[in-house]
Amino acid sequence: MSSLFESPVFSIALTLGVYQLATRAYARWRHAFLNSVLLSIAALILFLLATGIEYETYFAGGRIISFFLGPAVVALAVPLYERLGDVRRNVRAIAAAILAGGATGVLSAAGIAALLGASRAVVLSLAPKSATTPIAMGIAEELGGIPALTAAIVIATGVLGAVIGPWFLRLAGVRSRLAFGLALGAAAHGIGTARAAEEGTLEEAMSGLALCLNGIATAVLAPLLLHAFDPLIAAS
Amino acid sequence: MAGSLFVIFLFLFLGEAVARGLGVPVPGSVIGMILLTLALGLKAVRLEQVKPCADLLTKNLGLFFVPPGVGLILYFDLLRAEFLAIAGATVLSTLLVLAVTGRVAEFLERRGGAS
Repeated sequence: MSSLFESPVFSIALTLGVYQLATRAYARWRHAFLNSVLLSIAALILFLLATGIEYETYFAGGRIISFFLGPAVVALAVPLYERLGDVRRNVRAIAAAILAGGATGVLSAAGIAALLGASRAVVLSLAPKSATTPIAMGIAEELGGIPALTAAIVIATGVLGAVIGPWFLRLAGVRSRLAFGLALGAAAHGIGTARAAEEGTLEEAMSGLALCLNGIATAVLAPLLLHAFDPLIAAS
Repeated sequence: MAGSLFVIFLFLFLGEAVARGLGVPVPGSVIGMILLTLALGLKAVRLEQVKPCADLLTKNLGLFFVPPGVGLILYFDLLRAEFLAIAGATVLSTLLVLAVTGRVAEFLERRGGAS
């Protein structure tokens, strides 16, 4: 009997069902903390803890769902293409914002963690946290962090950015839709992009572009910046 | 629908081929996204050849992060041991990236452009 609930099919059906319910709850109440990714992850963690099903068992099915992250990132070319005119008009603003945001992300995540006494492996796992999952995991591996921990932190970052990002951007005085989309994509990758898409096609396109460019910027900047600041991190 | 799925996987494959060929630490999906945008811009691919499946995938982007997100469960002990550092760095750094990216973009955005 237990093997039935340990089959990949069960994990897939469960994940889709939970996500469906979470999406409906969000559609009904529209509260930022009812973010469907956040709700789904919390519900599934509680489910695994309650039933004692191992994460590895769950992920045998879960990986089939998360596999589609790859094609979904490719598909972000469509909203980007539909807003290519906005990209052309703002190339300099976009490039400068991503470079500034990417460098800020790597230095602040590693620097704050080191100041707060994190172990070296945790500091290096945190550094690429604003990049999208596969990029961040690759960077963590290259730096000597823990890729799976990075994946967990990347997703927590995405959820955080999607939940409080829109509120915080208004607080920070950001009014432009282009800047809003870029900031959500740069800080909170795909989960931020899913949130940005609720605002409109310009926000979605800019967030998808920022996810892509910030991923590349982080891959290039993280090893350089961390090497430059290595004595500080090593001292932690 | 199947046709647009083919186009997306074709570009994912091309992206992975380029990533491997160049030996860069950027995943094939990100390069595939750039290549597909270029192909659409050059009219090598028509929008309607890719849009049905692309819309389905992008509308459900959040779903694909759920299973690895559940993986947080594996790190409860480490997260508890270094909670202040991990949570502090994650929250502050995320706010900083939002503010810096947003403000720089807004400052440099050309007036009369996209607003």
